[in-house]
Amino acid sequence: MLDAVIIGGGVCGCAIARELSRRKGQFLVVEKEEDVCCGTSKANSGIVHAGFDAKHGTLMAKLNCLGSRKMPQLSRELDIPFRQNGSLVVMGNPQDRPRLQALYENGLANGVPGLKILERDALLAMEPNLSDQAVAALYAPTGGIVCPFTLTIALAENAARNGVEFQFDAGVTNLAPIPGGWRVETEAGSVDTRVVVNAAGVRADEIHNLACPEKMTIVPRRGEYFLLDKQAGSYVSHTVFQLPGALGKGVLVTPTIHGNLLVGPNAADVEEKDNVATTREGLAEVRSKSSMAVKNLPLNLTITSFSGLRAHRPEHDFSIREAAPGLIDCAGIESPGLSAAPAIGEMVADMAANLLKLEENPEFTPIRRGIQSPFSLPPEERQALIRRNPAYGRLVCRCETVTEGEILEAIHRTPGARSLDGVKRRVRAGMGRCQGGFCTPKVMEILARELDLPLEAVTKSGGGSRLLVGETKKFWGEEADHGGL
Amino acid sequence: MEACDLVIIGGGPAGLAAAVAARQAGVENILVLERDSRLGGILNQCIHSGFGLHTFQQELTGPEYAARFVSQVKGLGIACLCDAMVLDLAADRTLTVIHPERGIFTLHPKAVILAMGCRERPRGALNIPGFRPAGIYTAGTAQHLVNIEGKLPGRECVILGSGDIGLIMARRMTLEGAKVKVVAELMPYSGGLKRNIVQCLEDFDIPLKLSHTVVNIHGKERLTGVTIARVEQGLPVPGTEEYYACDTLLLSCGLIPENELSRGAGVELSLVTNGPVVNDRLETSVPGVFAAGNVLHVHDLVDYVSQEAAAAGENAARYILEAQTQTGPEIPVTCGPGIRYTVPQKIRLESRDEDVTLRLRVDGVYRNRRLTVLAGDAPVSSKKRRALAPGEMETIRLSRKPLPVGIRELRVLLEEG
Amino acid sequence: MERKLICIGCPLGCELTAQVEGGEVREVTGNTCPNGERYARKELTNPTRILTTTVRVRGGTLPVVSVKTAGDIPKGKLLACAAALKDVEIPAPMAPGQVVVPDILGTGVDLVATKSVERA
Repeated sequence: MLDAVIIGGGVCGCAIARELSRRKGQFLVVEKEEDVCCGTSKANSGIVHAGFDAKHGTLMAKLNCLGSRKMPQLSRELDIPFRQNGSLVVMGNPQDRPRLQALYENGLANGVPGLKILERDALLAMEPNLSDQAVAALYAPTGGIVCPFTLTIALAENAARNGVEFQFDAGVTNLAPIPGGWRVETEAGSVDTRVVVNAAGVRADEIHNLACPEKMTIVPRRGEYFLLDKQAGSYVSHTVFQLPGALGKGVLVTPTIHGNLLVGPNAADVEEKDNVATTREGLAEVRSKSSMAVKNLPLNLTITSFSGLRAHRPEHDFSIREAAPGLIDCAGIESPGLSAAPAIGEMVADMAANLLKLEENPEFTPIRRGIQSPFSLPPEERQALIRRNPAYGRLVCRCETVTEGEILEAIHRTPGARSLDGVKRRVRAGMGRCQGGFCTPKVMEILARELDLPLEAVTKSGGGSRLLVGETKKFWGEEADHGGL
Repeated sequence: MEACDLVIIGGGPAGLAAAVAARQAGVENILVLERDSRLGGILNQCIHSGFGLHTFQQELTGPEYAARFVSQVKGLGIACLCDAMVLDLAADRTLTVIHPERGIFTLHPKAVILAMGCRERPRGALNIPGFRPAGIYTAGTAQHLVNIEGKLPGRECVILGSGDIGLIMARRMTLEGAKVKVVAELMPYSGGLKRNIVQCLEDFDIPLKLSHTVVNIHGKERLTGVTIARVEQGLPVPGTEEYYACDTLLLSCGLIPENELSRGAGVELSLVTNGPVVNDRLETSVPGVFAAGNVLHVHDLVDYVSQEAAAAGENAARYILEAQTQTGPEIPVTCGPGIRYTVPQKIRLESRDEDVTLRLRVDGVYRNRRLTVLAGDAPVSSKKRRALAPGEMETIRLSRKPLPVGIRELRVLLEEG
Repeated sequence: MERKLICIGCPLGCELTAQVEGGEVREVTGNTCPNGERYARKELTNPTRILTTTVRVRGGTLPVVSVKTAGDIPKGKLLACAAALKDVEIPAPMAPGQVVVPDILGTGVDLVATKSVERA
């Protein structure tokens, strides 16, 4: 019997796995998709919130502030890019002054350091492209930006390094109580465990409801975004939020940690838990709201638009508790879930370790090294690396300057990339302005070669997302039908 | 190799033609840098015929057209380095290059010719709403998969955009056993060549829906269908939606000159062409840096790319051999209504012995017009055109001799008659 | 009977109108040059095309080689010729101009390679 099974390989599941691996035990992450970071963790704002927004006294507020405080050290341990670029909550209507003050006071109560209210002149000195309506703003110097993909993947890699196992393509179909624990039935077989952690994101209610009589509801709340070319990456240098006011909540405009500009999200509740379609109306809403905080935003430099689902609970707070004996819920982790993830990981792992009475793992190492980009090395080391392995001298993705050597590393790590999107999230090949137009066939070839698959078996993101249907001419004389896929 | 006089970035049709011309004009040390493992650029995957009617008076396929230039380059002993990607070009013409065997190295030539070509506008830049499943490719990526890898992206296909690559791919997919259901074009006219409409669509009864676009993409893992609607004044018309079941969507919605390196070097770029602003020597705003082919502006025919690139090669040679580093006074070439742009955008007033070739595109479909060039108030050229279309490039050749002294601009007009 | 077609001889793309009676082209109008009339007469009586496609290669540096018909084939045979290549596979190396399929589907026209493929 395993000690703990964590359902869900998102940022929370992976953070919990890593924290659990500080203890001795047998831990398994089961993930419905083919890789970690496939749900909410891959499609969000990439923001580390300073912690002034969540209502004082909630679990959300506590874990956000704690997570934000942990992020600098965590990013060093995991060798992932993170920067405290500071955030501004811009007030466009003088009548909203009391709301701004309330936000400031809520932040103070939450213990957010360095908060200040800035007036227009000081604001414009910091952000010259703010809209003409900007009157004042709440400035939080500890607001930050992080790469949500590499944060999640690095947590998973470090957990794996410390002994945690991962099972992919393993959607949970049933939870059955057994003496001293649970039988977790998945699409990839069943496994017995003493403790189950439910970190299933937008599906955490489904997992909860398999085991608990009192039902939980998670509403997928969709947010749509525009991602702009790096040419627009310095249009603002801080994360610019709009003060929620009479006109609603507004959208944020922020540089990303990789130098793009991100604009969004709106918020719309949807029925299906995999409805990550963008809509004409949603994108139009983001477009029009963005102009209220930042003027002349160059949306013509959009390289892609996407949407993600927040795991919203009507109670609007995180639900982290032992929902049934040996079943720990980690549910309703909506924004600021990414910011809180380091603290959530610690809290849930502590809860599980207490239940299981686990001992410390003396072999635990908190250190994970990022995938080596030759361009971050000094010239001599760079040359030596390419001499040793010419793959680091073969550029595959020109927009993001990614070499074959980095892609090979992404594939051969644990857990490794198995699809185009898996490679993209790890090393950014295909993430740039041409959106994979140039490197897609090359990355497909590398995946096929390294995973010993026919080219036709390579997918965009696992499952039925096959990229090719077969060799040319194969279907001559056959009627086309979708069964061919 | 590091001590070369001329570096040409790109070993496609533009780069190869520029290299040949520069060598024939007397430049000894030329290096062509190509990012792929073979020379020829995009021509290697353009296996259809129709190339070279102007240059060789013959209908060649893309690989055959490329082979002619490759053999000239080899015959002239011009150095080419494949698998080499230029990472950076500085304003002083220092290039940083990465190569699997040579690592990262720098070059400092006397002149550089930009010949990087262009890339396709991706789905994201089009803001088509819907899911993001597998099965959506730019036409050029699909062309690579089909013609180079021998793989079929899908069995039932819809194509958005009637640019030439999209039209060509409609035929290629059909000939490889796939069904192309429809080509939707946002504009009320096609952006492709007439011959491609006839031979790639009409020959196979593939419908072309003008003023239509894709308004929704269906399918969570692999594409299952698209919704197409009619467009008026840039907006989809409610009630005109039609669903097409398909597993593949190919995008042929415009090409963007590949100018990341140019931008890094501080080269002034045109907001219309997305390529460098050049003078009649095809020299950019950075001295000694020339540009030709699709990196400069998107061409319709490869023959014109070769011609333009040969001119850039000769001009770079003159720059190197005559040490002409000073550019004298220049006047702008301006466009009247109906004309989107000209290349070059500037004419030098000196060197009055050289003829000038103006290439331009119009912004709509026009019949029975004249293209007139005014120097001050005086027409210096006027040519009748029965038909003009945005998909087709126009060329005006001007003799230098009659340009009046003291003019401030050349103005190109599209006139009735 | 009146037939309309677009001349493909050059980028001008003249819109041609032909009067056809009894399978014979009586008159062509709308053309700018003699090529236009020639094109219309040919297209309405005996339309032909060059077929360009690929053929699978065994043991080469590329999985397929690009090919073309060395001359025009009847337009009506394009699809049949393409389909006939379904199971054709030729060994590397291949040189441009090399005959891949002689006299394809009895058209009297050879299918030839248009690029070189070296042996892997």
